[in-house]
Amino acid sequence: MINKLVLANLGHRPVRTILSVLAIAVEVTMILTLVGVSYGTLDGTARRARGVGADIMIRPPGSSILGLSTAPMTEALVGLVARQPHVAIATGTVIQPLSGFDSITGLDLDPFSKMSGGFHFLQGGPFQTDQDMIADEYYAREKQLHVGDKLQMIAHGWRVAGVFESGKLARICVRLPVLQELTGNPHHLSQIYVKADSPDHIQELLSGLRQKLPGYPIYTMEEFTSLLSINSVGLLRNFIGVVIGVAVIVGFIVVFMAMYTAVLERTREIGILKAVGASSSFILSLLFRETLLLSILGTVTGILLTYVTQWLMQHAAPASLTQETVYSWWPIAGDIAIAGALLGAIVPGIKAARQEATEALSYE
Amino acid sequence: MSEAPMIEVRDLNKTYRAGDIDVHALQGANLEIAKGEFVSIAGASGSGKSTLFNILGALTPPTSGTVKIDGKDLAGLSNSERTLLRRNTVGFVFQKYNLLPTLSAEDNIRIVQYIGHRATAFDPEFREVLNILGIADRMQHKPRALSGGQQQRVAIARAIVNGPAILLADEPTGNLDSQNSTAVLNLLSDLNRRLGQTILMITHDQEAASYASRAIHMRDGRIV
Repeated sequence: MINKLVLANLGHRPVRTILSVLAIAVEVTMILTLVGVSYGTLDGTARRARGVGADIMIRPPGSSILGLSTAPMTEALVGLVARQPHVAIATGTVIQPLSGFDSITGLDLDPFSKMSGGFHFLQGGPFQTDQDMIADEYYAREKQLHVGDKLQMIAHGWRVAGVFESGKLARICVRLPVLQELTGNPHHLSQIYVKADSPDHIQELLSGLRQKLPGYPIYTMEEFTSLLSINSVGLLRNFIGVVIGVAVIVGFIVVFMAMYTAVLERTREIGILKAVGASSSFILSLLFRETLLLSILGTVTGILLTYVTQWLMQHAAPASLTQETVYSWWPIAGDIAIAGALLGAIVPGIKAARQEATEALSYE
Repeated sequence: MSEAPMIEVRDLNKTYRAGDIDVHALQGANLEIAKGEFVSIAGASGSGKSTLFNILGALTPPTSGTVKIDGKDLAGLSNSERTLLRRNTVGFVFQKYNLLPTLSAEDNIRIVQYIGHRATAFDPEFREVLNILGIADRMQHKPRALSGGQQQRVAIARAIVNGPAILLADEPTGNLDSQNSTAVLNLLSDLNRRLGQTILMITHDQEAASYASRAIHMRDGRIV
């Protein structure tokens, strides 16, 4: 019966109910979209790293997992690494961040192709000149690039030589020496990829390299990709924490306003309920149930809205932003929304429960 | 040995603050109402009728004096005890009906059963009461779809559904036309006769007061 009253109350003011649900939905969408983009970006990076075909990665001393450093390592290291026992191939790359989430990677195409199996071109082919660049399908689609198109990047004119299937190393690649010169890092590298002559020798090779290059973060690709998680990236973790905090405040304010208005508007009805013997806990229960229902509806709507944001990102910025559906965060986002909403309902609830029946009944 | 009165009021006082002044709404009121009586209380505006109604209905506590309802002393009752009294012992009929606008007539009655921890189904006896009240076929309608007279009859059904010891009616015909007023007063009279329901009705209407078996007058916070 009390649930019937809850539904009747929410149905009595449909606009307020819909607005409250939407506000909670936006809160949930905000959390799930941020988490989805974080997972998507990290997973995309991991997938492309695995696509290189390397077994071991050497990064510059002091670099972070996601750090897009310039090129502090000397190119001579590649030769040194290549001479180590059980090394089949070693090759280095330079990464230069661009605006937003983009970056451009310089690579030596021959050893890279041997290591990774080569790019699979959907249009055109590998670069032939120092002005040539190749882009993956998502970047090409986002920037509407086709073979032969010309564009400016890092103060250099480029021609699109090919569009390749995504999943290998980077989204935009150019010749290694060209990017080294353009970024003022001749003969220097951002990272080195190493392929062992046999999977059985990876651990032995890893130990040897760590001995040979103390201070350099050296990972197996398995280790590196496993480190690409939200918990390993402190900045991302803190950012998500801040967004969740903002979301809770938004939920709190929205529900506080909605419930406070509802309590004022229903002063007389609360008086009626008290006159017929409803206890304060009944009144509180009524309001909390309404809040809970709003939160659940808001959470479901918010989850559905994340598919809309996912679609928008896929079509508007497929190369920059990848949003994954992170099912494990659905209950977390729901709990956050419910907690914020219930917090928002406490003060109006207490106000309603404390109302004097005689005063409430004389309220016009 | 005579039966204890259903309502017993001794030296009842109620003073409340209105702005900077103390208003003495009740000043030593005394009253006894036996079980099964239908009593009307008349008086001019400000005579203390509504204050007495609120105290007898445990909606507000008295300042001093004794009030016993069905043998239970209201003095010193906590908020939750007053809630229990309203739930189990008293039924209210208000001038403005005071039905919940979001619920149907039936649910307005059922919610009172639910609050009173009774089964939320109407037994045959209560269905007969609905027939007597003439609202059995209006149960699925929301208050806004009912006439004033029908709303007041739903309010009466709601007031008696849990079988309260006392039915308190505050100007139950105050918002009704003469035809509906007569119908409602006849119903109250009928409930009193058939079910032996103790009724205390506040009214300023002499004709309405005449339906009661005893008429009481109030003036300046006292029963005269």
